[in-house]
Amino acid sequence: MNMITEATKLTIQFTPERLERAKQSIADYPEGKQKSALLPLLHILQEQEGWTSPEGMDYVASLLDIEPIEVYEVASFYTMYHLNPVGKHVIEYCRTGPCCLMGGEEVYAHLKQRLGIDTGQTTVDGQFTIKEVECLAACGMGPVFQIREQYYMHLTNDRVDEIIDELSK
Amino acid sequence: MATKILTEHVNVPGIETFDVYRKQGGYTAVEKALKTMTPEAVVEEVKKAGVRGRGGAGFPMGMKWSFLAKPEGVPRYLVCNADESEPGTFKDHYLMKNLPHLLIEGMIISSFALGANKSFIYVRGELMYVIRILEKAIAEAKVKGFLGKNILGSGYDLELVVQPGGGAYICGEETALLESLEGKRGNPRNKPPFPAVKGLYQCPTVVNNVESIATTPWIMNNGGDAYAAIGIGRSTGTKLISASGHINKPGVYEIELGIPVEDFLYADEWCGGIRPGHKFKALVAGGSSVPILPANLALKLENGDKRLMTYESLSEGGFKTGTMLGSGGFIVFDETSCIVRNTWNFSRFYHHESCGQCSPCREGTGWMEKVLHRIEYGHGHQRDVDLLVDVASKIEGNTICPLGDAAAWPVASAIRHFRDEFMWHITNPQEATQPGAVYRGEMALV
Repeated sequence: MNMITEATKLTIQFTPERLERAKQSIADYPEGKQKSALLPLLHILQEQEGWTSPEGMDYVASLLDIEPIEVYEVASFYTMYHLNPVGKHVIEYCRTGPCCLMGGEEVYAHLKQRLGIDTGQTTVDGQFTIKEVECLAACGMGPVFQIREQYYMHLTNDRVDEIIDELSK
Repeated sequence: MATKILTEHVNVPGIETFDVYRKQGGYTAVEKALKTMTPEAVVEEVKKAGVRGRGGAGFPMGMKWSFLAKPEGVPRYLVCNADESEPGTFKDHYLMKNLPHLLIEGMIISSFALGANKSFIYVRGELMYVIRILEKAIAEAKVKGFLGKNILGSGYDLELVVQPGGGAYICGEETALLESLEGKRGNPRNKPPFPAVKGLYQCPTVVNNVESIATTPWIMNNGGDAYAAIGIGRSTGTKLISASGHINKPGVYEIELGIPVEDFLYADEWCGGIRPGHKFKALVAGGSSVPILPANLALKLENGDKRLMTYESLSEGGFKTGTMLGSGGFIVFDETSCIVRNTWNFSRFYHHESCGQCSPCREGTGWMEKVLHRIEYGHGHQRDVDLLVDVASKIEGNTICPLGDAAAWPVASAIRHFRDEFMWHITNPQEATQPGAVYRGEMALV
């Protein structure tokens, strides 16, 4: 059963390259266990759309031949999936103990001040969103934040300014 | 020179590529196992080695393997737990990033031993760049004939799949990880049945940590007895320790189990001591879940003997004066650290990461966070410290997975050893909430 509707077909589809990756991911799992590819497909969706939109999740459900609710309940469980639109650059800083021991709280306060937004907010120009996350497994290199796949480590106020300047160009 | 079982070649340029790894002796253990050994013989060597689960639980790996059910006609799975999320722990991140082929070689040997033809590496989704490194390495190994059909002409087939997580600490718990791998929310399963009987897709499954699996190539090459000869007693072999906090040289170190905590903390070979001008206040020896110890108890047992980096010595004295080796997340606190603030921080972590299935954990972690927050921010009540102890004791042991215990222990231990610091916050709220204010009362700094 293909649950793709006319409406979703029109709004969101993976690019051919991403659709190919999605199909490969589905093929990684045994016959009938295609739901296992849900997390990887949600990552591909977010990579393309910037967030996991309801239309996008419906599309993923159609690719996996599962009910949309099965996608929503999973996307809302995990912290990496953005359930609302976000800025071009999502800065996810680690708020957990070891990073805070290394001065994380001061650095993150500076980051928020520099961008003029708080955690969970997006700058008015749509360039930056700040999210706070738990331990990123880089505790010896703290304070740490992540932007997409890139880790930024040993952060200081000056380093934060440099990174923001670079990304603002 | 200390034996390096995992990281001997970590600084060789290009070691993340197949060719360089192979030149350093890589994949010879796969050749030995697949061409000259039976799966049972591989299991036997790992049992002899006595290697214990390096994710934190410390359960003997060979024994875990021997529990795997083997019904006819049902596939068996090996799943590598690379969901490293325990605060203070970053060794698997280091190992996979630098030595992807070591993990792949270990996966081939371990899958062969268990009779698995499709195995998974579940990596936390935040480490997407590491996933790409692993996928590239898997593709190389496949081209060279170490993965795929009929590996090295042995008749053994293996496919390796890397699965990204979605961001959830709880998926480091093995049954939550299996749920997640099936494309579901990461809610831990009730046990029994254990994964060895009904795991992934209800088939017999073994879940092992990255570092545990990475020991198997050395064990194949050198024998289980040689591995067991390193270390002390039941703490055999080496362990990767992730060192962070107020030390001169944070980083990942491979140590032979059995060196004194004091040596690891102060020797230049490892942490290089507390940062200049500061004193040692407290230690979390094995990741945020294990009991925090004040400096004196971290370095010495109650009888005055040196405490050692072994499973047994770190837990000597029980929770009264001891802690646990856990995942080897070694977090060092100097005298500028506020234990109340750190305990609140850890509590917030567990509250955030509780999956919500069991009421004691779902509600209890929230209550602890709330009470710790009000103490830290100057609104604590005299009764709050005992209230925290009470809540922690009612979470511990009353949940289907260990997250409840992991949330309770840091709170209970912080109060056990630093009660005066908590009381100072409650009785001196104005002073305690000044920026940079830290308790300077009587305590054993080193």
